[in-house]
Amino acid sequence: MRVALFITCYNDTLFPETGKAVVQVLERLGHTVEFPAGQTCCGQMHWNTGYEEEALPLVARFVEQFEHAEAVVVPSSSCVAMMRDHYPLAAARIAREGGDQTLVERVAALLPRVWEFTEFLTKKLELTDVGAYYPHRVTYHASCHGLRNLGLGDGPEKLLKAVSGLELVEIERKEQCCGFGGTFAVKNADVSGAMLEEKLQAVLKTGAEECTACDNSCLMHMGGGLHRMRAGVGTIHIAEILAGEDTRAK
Amino acid sequence: MSSAREEILARIRQACSGDAESAAASYAEITRQYQQAAKLSREEILGLLTERLIEYDAHVYRARETEIAALCRELFARRGAKRIVVPGDLPGAWQSGAEFVADEDLDARELDRFDGVMTAATLAIAETGTIVLQNAHAQGRRAISLVPDYHLCVVREQDVVETVVEGMRLLEATRHLPTTLFSGPSATADIEMTRIKGVHGPRFVDIVILGA
Amino acid sequence: MSETELDPRVAPSFPKAAKASLRDAQLRANVRRATDTIQAKRHKLVEEKKDWQELRESARQIRAHVLEHLRVYLEEFERNFTRAGGHVHWARNDREAQEIVVAIAKEAGADEVIKIKSMTTEEIHLNDALEAAGIHAYETDLAELIIQLGHDRPSHIVVPALHKNRAQIREIFLREMHLTELGENPADLAEAARKFLREKFLRVQTAVSGANFLIAETGGVCIVESEGNGRMCLTLPETLISVVGIEKVIPRFADLEVFLQVLARSATGERMNPYNSIWSGVTPGDGPRNMHVVLLDNARTAVLADSEGRQTLQCIRCAACLNACPVYRQTGGHAYGSVYAGPIGAILTPQLMEMQHGESLPYASSLCGACYEVCPVKINIPEVLIHLRNKVVAQKGWYAPEALAMKAMASVFRSERRFRAAQRLARMAQLPLARRDLPIVGQDAPTGQDSGSGWVKWLPGIFGGWTQTRDLRAIPRESFREWWESRLT
Repeated sequence: MRVALFITCYNDTLFPETGKAVVQVLERLGHTVEFPAGQTCCGQMHWNTGYEEEALPLVARFVEQFEHAEAVVVPSSSCVAMMRDHYPLAAARIAREGGDQTLVERVAALLPRVWEFTEFLTKKLELTDVGAYYPHRVTYHASCHGLRNLGLGDGPEKLLKAVSGLELVEIERKEQCCGFGGTFAVKNADVSGAMLEEKLQAVLKTGAEECTACDNSCLMHMGGGLHRMRAGVGTIHIAEILAGEDTRAK
Repeated sequence: MSSAREEILARIRQACSGDAESAAASYAEITRQYQQAAKLSREEILGLLTERLIEYDAHVYRARETEIAALCRELFARRGAKRIVVPGDLPGAWQSGAEFVADEDLDARELDRFDGVMTAATLAIAETGTIVLQNAHAQGRRAISLVPDYHLCVVREQDVVETVVEGMRLLEATRHLPTTLFSGPSATADIEMTRIKGVHGPRFVDIVILGA
Repeated sequence: MSETELDPRVAPSFPKAAKASLRDAQLRANVRRATDTIQAKRHKLVEEKKDWQELRESARQIRAHVLEHLRVYLEEFERNFTRAGGHVHWARNDREAQEIVVAIAKEAGADEVIKIKSMTTEEIHLNDALEAAGIHAYETDLAELIIQLGHDRPSHIVVPALHKNRAQIREIFLREMHLTELGENPADLAEAARKFLREKFLRVQTAVSGANFLIAETGGVCIVESEGNGRMCLTLPETLISVVGIEKVIPRFADLEVFLQVLARSATGERMNPYNSIWSGVTPGDGPRNMHVVLLDNARTAVLADSEGRQTLQCIRCAACLNACPVYRQTGGHAYGSVYAGPIGAILTPQLMEMQHGESLPYASSLCGACYEVCPVKINIPEVLIHLRNKVVAQKGWYAPEALAMKAMASVFRSERRFRAAQRLARMAQLPLARRDLPIVGQDAPTGQDSGSGWVKWLPGIFGGWTQTRDLRAIPRESFREWWESRLT
C-alpha cells in the first residue's frame, strides 16, 4: 500500500524519531511511505483554543496535500480526532461563508482513509504482531483523544503485548487525563501540574522503565514532568517501540 | 411594558420555531430502543424485587392472604410498634397485632406520635426495588406514610413488574394522583458519599409481598 | 470555613481561584475520595444496565425536542398546573424571581421557610433575598444544612458539601446546633440533623423548592431526593413555592420512564433515588393548599437562541460530569466561582452571564471528554467549551497579545516555507535555554526521548506556565522533514 505520512507539526519539529520509527515499521511491513512536502499543521491548537477562523485555511491545506493518498497515517491521536470531529464542521463553515463549496465532499471522501498509526495497524491491516523486539518494562498511557474520540480501545495494548521481550504493566486510573490539554497546560498551569503529578505518581507506581502512548503531546508533558523529577523513567512513542528490532541473532 | 410571561415566550419564539403542530410530529419521531417489556419469569421477578429491596435495607416477607394477619402480629411485635396509623380503607383483615387508628386529617404532630404506618401499594418495580404509593385505595395521603418512623407496606404479587418502563406505563392511568416512588428507607450519602440509612423519612421499612 | 462568593460577577478567574484550592490538601483529599466513591458506584450500575446507551439516546432526543418546542410545553404546563389549582409565575431574571417568592411567602404570613435543595434557588441567591425581607430559610437537605450552618457555599450540584469530611462536619454541628456531644460516624451526624430539623418540618408552613422535571401533559412537578426532607417540605406545609428553570419541562408523564432511570444512576450511582415525588397542582386533603411554580428565564432564552450552545439546556443536573472531571477532581467546586461547578458549570455559567462574566471558565478544561462520555443526555461539553472559547476570543479582539501570537502561528502554518523557517528559528532561539543533562551517579540514563539537544528548564512569558512544573524537551538538530529529504538524496 502507498501510505502518506502526516507527521504533524510538533512531531516534525520536536519528535523526528517518532516519524522515523513509523517509516521503519511501515516499510518493514512492505508498504511504501510518501511524505507530501507541503504539509504543516492540522489546525487543532487554533481550533481548540477558540481561533476557529485561523484553523480553516489549515483544514483546506491538509485536504489539498492528502486527498490523493491511498491511506494517510498520523502518529498522533489528538490530530486525528481533530480531523474526524471538526473537519466536517470546518468544511461546512467554509462553504457557508462562500468559500470552497467542494470541501465538504472532499473532507467526507478523505476522512475514511485517515488513520491514527496504531489504528492503521490493528484496524486497517488487522495486525497485532509487527515483529518488534523491545526488552523493557513499559506502561501504556491511554491518551484521551485516542481513547474517547477515536475509540482505540485495547488496540495499542494488543500491539504492545505482541512485542517480543516487552513486559506491559497496567497503570492505575488509566482513563484519567494526564493534564496536558494543549494550551490548557499554560493557561491553567497549576491545575495541569496537579493533574500531571497524580498521573506521574501512577506511572512511578507501575515500576515501568518507560511510559508509552499514541500521542507525543501527552508524552512531552509527562516526560517533562518525569525529567523535572529526575525520576529515571522515560517516555517513548509507541511507534518507536514497534520499530524495535532484535539485533542479537544478526 | 410587556409582562414577564409575554417577554419570555416572545424570546423563546424568536429562538426556536417549534409550534404545537410540529411538536406532535417531532415527538412521535423520538426513538425508544431501550428495554420496555419484562424478560424474566414471574418467580424471577419476585426474587429480583426481594433482592433489590434487601440491598436497599428494607426487610421483605412473603405471605398469602390467609397468613398476613399472623405476619403483621409478628412484625409489629418485632418492631415494638404498638400504635399504627392506617388509611381508612385498609383491609380490616390485615389489621392485627397493634392499635390501629384510621387517618382522618391528623396533623403532622399527631402523625409523629405513631409508632408506624401500614399501607397497601399501587405497584412495585423489581429492577430498581421500588414501591409506588399513590393517593388511592388503601394507601392514604402522602403525609401518613412519611412522618411515622416505621412503614409496613403490603404489595400484591400481581402488582409487581420487572422494569421501570412497565411500572410507569401502568401509572399512566392514574398519573394525576400524588405519587411517591420509594426505594428502601430514607437514606443519604451526603457525608463522604457513605450511604447512611435513615434521615427524615421512615427509617424502618418492612415490605410484605402478598400472594393470592 | 470558606468565604468563597459563588457569584461570577465578583469571583476571581478560574486559574487564580484554582491555585488557592490546590493548596488545600484536605479539600483535595475529600473531593478525591468522594468522587472516586460515587464514580465507582455509577460505573457498576451503568455496566449492569444493558440498554444504557439506548436510554441516553432517548433522553437526549427528548430534551432536544423539548428545547425546540419549549414554548408549546411551557404553555401546556401552565395550563394544566393552573387547571389543577396551582399558580404559575414568570420571572425574567433573578431579581424578579426573588420578588415573586418573597411576595408569596409574605402573603402566606411566613417569617420562616423550609427549603429543599435547589441549585436554581442558589443561582438566584434566594436565601439572601428572603433574609433581607425578614424571612429565615432553613435548608433541610443534609448537605445544604452543612453548608448553611458552616457559612459555606455548595461545591457540587448533587452533593454540595462533598468538600467536607466527617470530622469537619462534626465540628460545624457541635458549634451551630449547640451540642455538647456528638459521635463522628456519618450515622451520628445524620441523626443529629434529623433531630435538628424534625421540629421545623412539623412547624413551618411554607416551603421552597426547585424541581427536577415539570410535566407539560399533566401540569405535574417531579422532585427526586434521598432523605425524605423533600417529601416533608412538599407534603406538610400549607404553601409550596417551586422555582424552576424554564428548560426543565418534559412533554409527558411517560417520559419519566427514561429520566428517572438515567438520573439516579448518573447522579448518585443508585438504580433509583430513594424518593421520587410527582404531583399535579393541588390535591384537596393531601399536601399544600397553595401551590406555586415560578418559571425562571435568567438568560436561558439567550442560551436557547445560540444553536451551538443550546444543548447546554438539555442538562438534568445529575453532576456525573463533575465526578468524572479530572480538573474538578483537583480543584473542587468553589474554584468555578459559580453555584454550577465542573464541566457543566464551565459551559452554563458564562452563558447564563451572557458572556459578560466567567470568561475563564471555558478554558477550565483539558478537553479530555470524560464529561461527554458520562453525560446521560449526551451534552457534548467539549464542543460547547470550544464554541464558547471562540466567543471569548472574539470579545477580546484581535489586538490581544494571545490573538496576535495565534494569528502569527497560523500564518506560519499556512506556508511550507514559513514553517521551515520557523522550525530553524525556534531551534536557534532555544540555544541559550537548552541544557544537556549531567549523568546521575548510579542511575542509567532513561531510555526515553532525549532529543540529543537537552532540556529547557525555564521559558519566558506566557510559556512560563509550562516550565513551572515540567521541563521541555529541546528541539532536536534535525527535523523529520530534513531527515526525510536527506534520506532521499
